[in-house]
Amino acid sequence: MVIDLKRCDGCVGLGLPPQCTQSCINGHFSPKGQQWIEVFQDKLPGGGSYFLPTPCFQCENAPCVNVCPVGATYHTEDGVVLIDHHRCIGCRMCMAACPYQRRFFNWATPEVPPEAAFAEYSPEYPVPAVKGTVIKCMFCVHFLRDGRLPYCVLACPRKVLYMADLVEDIASNGREIVKLSSFLDNNNAYRYKEELGTQPRVWFLPGHGQEFGRKSGDPRPLYPPVWNWGGEGFDRSIGIWPWGEKPE
Amino acid sequence: MIQRKPGYIERLESTALGPLNTTGRNYYLFILLLSAVLMWGVYAYFVQVYYGLVSTGMRDMVFWGLYIANFVFFLGIAMAGTVISAVLRVTRAGWRTPITRMAEIVTVSALMVGALMPIVDLGRPDRVWHIIAYGRFQSAIMWDVIVITTYLAGSLIYLYLPLIPDFALMRDRLSRGASTLKRTVYTLLAIGWRGTADQHHRLEKAISITSIAIIPMAALTHTVASFIFSWMLRPGWDSTIYGIYFIIGAIFSGIASILIVMAVFRKLFHLEEYITEKHFRYLSYLLLSMMLIYLYLIMTEYLTIGYKLEGEEKHLLELLFIGKNAPWFWLFFISGMLVPGFLILFPRLPLVPRIVVASVLVNFAMWLTRFTIVVPTLQVPLMPAAVGTYSATWVEWSITAAGFAGFMLIFAVAAKLVPIVSVWEIAEENKEHEPEMPETRTGFMERSSLR
Repeated sequence: MVIDLKRCDGCVGLGLPPQCTQSCINGHFSPKGQQWIEVFQDKLPGGGSYFLPTPCFQCENAPCVNVCPVGATYHTEDGVVLIDHHRCIGCRMCMAACPYQRRFFNWATPEVPPEAAFAEYSPEYPVPAVKGTVIKCMFCVHFLRDGRLPYCVLACPRKVLYMADLVEDIASNGREIVKLSSFLDNNNAYRYKEELGTQPRVWFLPGHGQEFGRKSGDPRPLYPPVWNWGGEGFDRSIGIWPWGEKPE
Repeated sequence: MIQRKPGYIERLESTALGPLNTTGRNYYLFILLLSAVLMWGVYAYFVQVYYGLVSTGMRDMVFWGLYIANFVFFLGIAMAGTVISAVLRVTRAGWRTPITRMAEIVTVSALMVGALMPIVDLGRPDRVWHIIAYGRFQSAIMWDVIVITTYLAGSLIYLYLPLIPDFALMRDRLSRGASTLKRTVYTLLAIGWRGTADQHHRLEKAISITSIAIIPMAALTHTVASFIFSWMLRPGWDSTIYGIYFIIGAIFSGIASILIVMAVFRKLFHLEEYITEKHFRYLSYLLLSMMLIYLYLIMTEYLTIGYKLEGEEKHLLELLFIGKNAPWFWLFFISGMLVPGFLILFPRLPLVPRIVVASVLVNFAMWLTRFTIVVPTLQVPLMPAAVGTYSATWVEWSITAAGFAGFMLIFAVAAKLVPIVSVWEIAEENKEHEPEMPETRTGFMERSSLR
């Protein structure tokens, strides 16, 4: 995946939550609180800030795959890192290993809308989420197989996200198709925390002489995504005391 | 029957075996109390299994908490048996004999409780068998499973071997009036010990082999436990010092635990003759030296990362030194280093109480430091996000309390099943006290006279 940072405005211009995150949540019925692709806001040296959409980086040397004691998290032949939620024992070792905090835990049986019940679980489309297991972005591999683009790429209004094919050396954001290798070279592509040696498969394109990010005084807020089926993500009725006091 | 005044051996036997025959009401009350705490913890665990880990304070940022801190803490306590018993045995330190048995029981019971903690922490305890069925050796968890089960097996063997002559003693002494079941069990466990020179020679050999083998086992256990953390790309954890840091921390808290246990049983079982002030003094010096080595390691660790102030590690140090974990971090230095160091070195106060207070403080501080190893690192955001939060819930505290109750319960039961001091070894150590040995006794006495 290639993410063109200079075009991303966190959807503050639309006054909406980041549409990549929102579409991902709607498409995967991810439990409340889990943003498999999350838009962070980081500082620019001149005082402004920029937006950093962060899916799972699908690292080539993935620390999470190395540490799994039962082989529940694994590389597919295409290089995507998937989780078998029927094998995961919930030790959360992979969450410790991930240096990008891109893994989430299903702390209880997730609250999902009724339509999630029609989904057929597979590691490629882990819906509905399984209690007591780790979950994350899996690049919508069930779409990629059919030549379709992931939820986040399709939903992005500014066409920031490009899904690429390393073998065929092309990338597409749904509107244009580019040659991946020259696209990365010409735009000074970098990978997040490259020095860790995880070799992420997500490249970021930084600013390139034009206006980038936003000024420090920009009043427009970065909206959090919405879980339109409501609930608290998990049944939290357990409370903080055995006699059932509800947490605030 | 030869008529003679009660000598050293008789006194030793009656002191060591007395608690096995007579049991007071307070003992049952204590057992009841411990069982109640344990049962409450079991209830809390069922709540956790039913509702899921949402019932704990752990969340996606700080996804490990008290359970992992307890795991490291109990593993640390489990070092006691090895250091006191195996190391002192290998170095032929004669004064070890009255305390080896206790140290070995500490090891076994702490390992049993400690090994349960990661299983309690699992999101899917129903799938714990997957580790056997689908286990991968690339994972530090697999290493841990192997090394802890090996260490537990080794510790059980090491506890059992020096018990054989004492089982034989109990078979011979307790059989009158004792239940048939008890007699049968002790007879089986004594595996035909007669105390012949040949048996004695073989036992000594087996014990020395085990005591040498158990030392690397213990060192590996703590090193591999540290790999759970040091193999992760996280500030603070990502450190090469963690192996020895955990070993020294374990010896430190292990010695403190054995000092507490010694004091408790010395008082309850009237072992003042065998566990003397000398033992407390020697062990407190050992405790002090471990404290200084541990201080050295902490300084090396934090100076190294504090000098460079790499972004995330700077954030971690802020959280530890002045941030929200500062109370726990500095309390460790006060309660684990400053006050105990003062208590050990200040000779005005009565010896045993001040050493025991120092040991309790050290163990409390070592639990705190395990907490500050696990939690603050996870609070550091690795992405441009807010700092993580963690506050443990009643479920976690209940299970933690149950862990400690379970540890004490194993100990309390063991103290009623086997002599808490190694009778035959003490007798051997002090055999010059009893020069006129009767020749016609069987079992234990016969063995003693042969030596």
